[in-house]
Order: sequence, then C-alpha cells, then structure tokens
Amino acid sequence: MKNVLTVAGKEIQEGLRNRWVLATTVLLAALALTLTFLGSAPTGNVGAKPLDVVIVSLSSLTIFLVPLIALLIAHDAIVGEAERGTLLLLLSYPVGRWQVILGKFVGHLAILAVATIVGYGAAAVALAATGVAIGIQSWLAFLSMILSSILLGAVFVSLGYLVSALAGERGTAGGIAIGIWLLFVLIYDMAMLGLLVVDQGRIITAGLLNVLLLLNPTDVYRLLNIGSGGAGAVSGMGGIAQNFALSPAALAAALVAWTLLPLTAAALVFSRREL
Amino acid sequence: MTTETVRLSEVTKSYGKQNAVKDVSCALREGETVALVGHNGAGKTTLIKLMLGLVRPSAGKVSVLGEDPAAGEFAARRRLGFLPENVSFNMALTGRETLRFYARLKRVPLAAVSLLLDRVGLTEAADRRVGTYSKGMRQRLGLSQALLGEPRVLLFDEPTTGLDPALRSSFYRIVRELRDKGATVLLSSHALNELEGKADRVIIVDRGIRIADGSIDELRNIARLPTRIRVRLADGAADWPEGWVNAHPWRRINGQTLEIDARPEDKVMLLRSAADAGTVADMDVLPPTLDELYAHFLAQKEAAR
Repeated sequence: MKNVLTVAGKEIQEGLRNRWVLATTVLLAALALTLTFLGSAPTGNVGAKPLDVVIVSLSSLTIFLVPLIALLIAHDAIVGEAERGTLLLLLSYPVGRWQVILGKFVGHLAILAVATIVGYGAAAVALAATGVAIGIQSWLAFLSMILSSILLGAVFVSLGYLVSALAGERGTAGGIAIGIWLLFVLIYDMAMLGLLVVDQGRIITAGLLNVLLLLNPTDVYRLLNIGSGGAGAVSGMGGIAQNFALSPAALAAALVAWTLLPLTAAALVFSRREL
Repeated sequence: MTTETVRLSEVTKSYGKQNAVKDVSCALREGETVALVGHNGAGKTTLIKLMLGLVRPSAGKVSVLGEDPAAGEFAARRRLGFLPENVSFNMALTGRETLRFYARLKRVPLAAVSLLLDRVGLTEAADRRVGTYSKGMRQRLGLSQALLGEPRVLLFDEPTTGLDPALRSSFYRIVRELRDKGATVLLSSHALNELEGKADRVIIVDRGIRIADGSIDELRNIARLPTRIRVRLADGAADWPEGWVNAHPWRRINGQTLEIDARPEDKVMLLRSAADAGTVADMDVLPPTLDELYAHFLAQKEAAR
C-alpha cells in the first residue's frame, strides 16, 4: 500500500510540476463559467431551475471533455515510460507491477478530481453568488454530477492504461486512445440512433436498448445525470430515461464496473509485458 | 569472501526463435568486481535483466541473494542496485525529489538522500530539475539511486558511456569502495581496455554464449597472445634483420622501427638479445591489450563454428 501511495504521490507531483493540474482545472473552470452564464440566458422564464440548466450543460461538456483529458493523461502511462526508459529502472525496484498501475491510477484520478471539483465548483459558486435561489434538490443533483464526472474520468483513465499496456509504441497508443474517444463519444450514439430509425422497434426492444446503453460508459453517465429530476425535464432525456429500468445506484455501479474491468485487464497485460 | 550472491544455472532466454542468451552458467561472489564484456547485442543487457527478474528465463534457473528474482519477492531487490544503460528520469522533477522517490520505494531512510547526492557530487544541482542536467549529471544521479540502501549486488549496464575521464575515475573509485565492503559489482561494457586493473574477473559473451571467464591474467595465459616488442634501430645499422630477430615473426613499421611478436616464454630472452645488440637505440614493450584479448576469444569462437 505504501508503494501505491508513493507512486501516486510522484504522479501528482509531476502533474503539478508540468502544469497538467493547472491546465485542466483552468480549462474546465473557464468552460463551466462560460456555459453557466451564456447557457442560462436563452432559458428566460420557463420555470427551469438555474442550477438544473447548468447541470445539463456541464454534463454535455463532461461527456466530450473528461474522457479526452483522461485518455490524454493515461495513454502514455506505461508505454511512454517504457519508451523513455524510466520504466526499466522503476521495475527493478521492490515494487509490484500492479502497485505501479494502481499508484498511477490513484494519482491521475486525484488530478482529474481536483480539476473537476474546482472547475465545476467555481461555476456553481459563481451562480450562487449572483443571488438566484437554488434548492437543496438541485445542489444534490449538482454534487452527484461532479462525483459521476470523476467516475467517468476513472473509466477512461482505466481504458487509457489498457491501451498503454497493450501498445508497443507511444504513437500507437495515442491513435488507439483517440479512436476510443471517437467511438464512445461520437460514433456509438450516432450508430445507435441510425439503428433505431432503421429498425422501427422490430428487433430492438426496450430491454435490448438498455443493454446497448450500458455498453457505452458515456451513455451511462448521461442517463445518470440528465435522465431524471429537474434536469431530465430540461434536457428532454426524461422520455428515454422513463423507459429505462435501472436505478441511479445501478448506473453508478455500471460505471464502477467500467472502471474496474479495464484496470484489471491493464494490470494483467502489464504483468506479462516483457521489457 | 566466497559467498555466492548471484547464480545462473544453464539459463536460456529466447525471443521467438532468437536466442538472446543460451545455456549460460556462472556464479558471482561477494567482494568481486566482474566485467561482462561483449558486442552490442551479445546478450549483456538480457543477462542483467534476468538477474533483475525483469524477464523470465525460457529455461534454467536464476538466483540472486538466494531468491528467484522473477518470483515477485522483494527482499532481495532491496539489496540490489541497478544502473541501466542510458539512464533516464522524469524531466520535471528535481534530482532530490527523484532520489527521494526511489528511496521510499526501497524503504531507505530519507536522510540517506542528501548524503548520497553529496557522494556523487550533485549537492549543488540537487534542487534543479533533472531536465536541466547534463548527460554526466544524469549518470551520477543514476549512480546515486543504485547506491541506495547499501546494496550487496550492483549491476551496472555500460556505466561509463558518456562520462568524461574525471567522472570515470571517480566512478571507479566508488566501485572500489563498494567491492572493499564486500559487494558484488557487475560492470557490463563493450570497451575492455578501460577495465584494465578495475575488474577481478572478466566474462566474455558473444551471441548469448559465454565464451570466456576468468581473471585478466588467466585469460592472457589461455590466449597466449604475443607481446609486441618495438625496437628502434640506431643510425647506420645495415645488416638487418639479425639472427635473434629472424626466429620470431616481425614486421617493419617504418625505416627505423621494427615490431617483433614474442611468445610469452620467449619474451625475456628476446629482450635480453635486444639489449645486448648494439644496433638497438630504443625499445618499447607492448603487452597484449584487453581489446586484443577480446578479439582473440571472438576469433577463436568464430573458427570453432
């Protein structure tokens, strides 16, 4: 355990030093503040609660940005160190390979968590400072949005490690990481939409649709945040979500599974990798 | 003094059909400085990785400080120091932060960090980023991390490439200190001549096979390479070559200078004759260099193929 924390500490130290932490925090905060104030303008007085509107905008932002940042940090973790030659020395130390992966995971997740909490938190604080009334329900939804955003980051950090453990070169890992991002963030939903239009409900039942949504972590995240409550009404996702059988807890569990499976696979692949 | 620290028993490591190391057996002992010599790609680094447990042998057994290094046990690794070829570190951290990280992993008290940085002469640069370091400074930082925790076995892969002569001699001074404390030091190198007087024992590998193993003197005796005796003739010496030269192979370097190959047992006699001959103005004795010795063993191996 001490080794895990030592490796995590080094990752955080490096993240602070090469300004990854600063850059991601500033980026998320700037976009969140922009969305909060520009995005709330068109709603006018339709009865939507301001923070719910923010949750919808930030969730959409998260789906694009957080997986990208996570993959950017993670895809280099193993293959990059192997190529720079630092991995050889590290593994000659009394530290297990799974400890190296887990330590990096803890460190990278901490970086993402700080960026998300500070960046999105700034938006909420700024909104509250303008004097609008925000109910406790909205605050809870906002908190759950931040936590699930971190969880979504964890999913893609894990996927990035798996790519990094499998790839022989950094360039390959980068290419595959971009492919994964495109697949889950853009292509999957478009393909599914096309499928639903063509199928006209003949083969794809509600149950099958649920399974298909669970197979994409960004869809799980979307259902979790903008499928229910006040945010669901604003986003228009409520319709789909009502047909969706799974509870928020089950959706969160799906994200945890999406984190643990690739992470375990990455550790297994890494333990077999020869240097 | 004769306790074994590292033992390789009939170790083979193949990558696909390529044998990187083939059927190598050897034992390293306490207080011994061993040079592992071979061409680039001869299997030196693979042998070191086997000792570190970073790769598993395809056949045979590796034991380091009584442990199988690839088994995932860490007790032996805490007593092991390793300096990789072309050592590299994260550029963003300082030398001190880097060394503290490695000290934590090895469970070495952090107080040792400053002492070690001082020992390799990096105290002034300790709080600068590694990215600003020169090649020599990075190598010194690499050496300092290998020395963490007073290791019993040190594996140095091409330790002196890129070091200037002053750093080189301070490096060998540290190696001597380690040996005197009873550590096993393995130095891999492709430049043998530099190791003259530094290694107690030389292991020559070629294409994954151990082709020679012994002290430098032993290897000299086995190889029976001739000593070259270079004589410069006095002006006006006309009747060359004289009889005492003709019994040996010789060649003319230039008008005034001859080079004679003397077998080990003929050397003293030949020198005496040269000293007695009035026609010799100057004389140099060139014992076979380690490089020649190395070339000899490689050629012998080639001939036996």
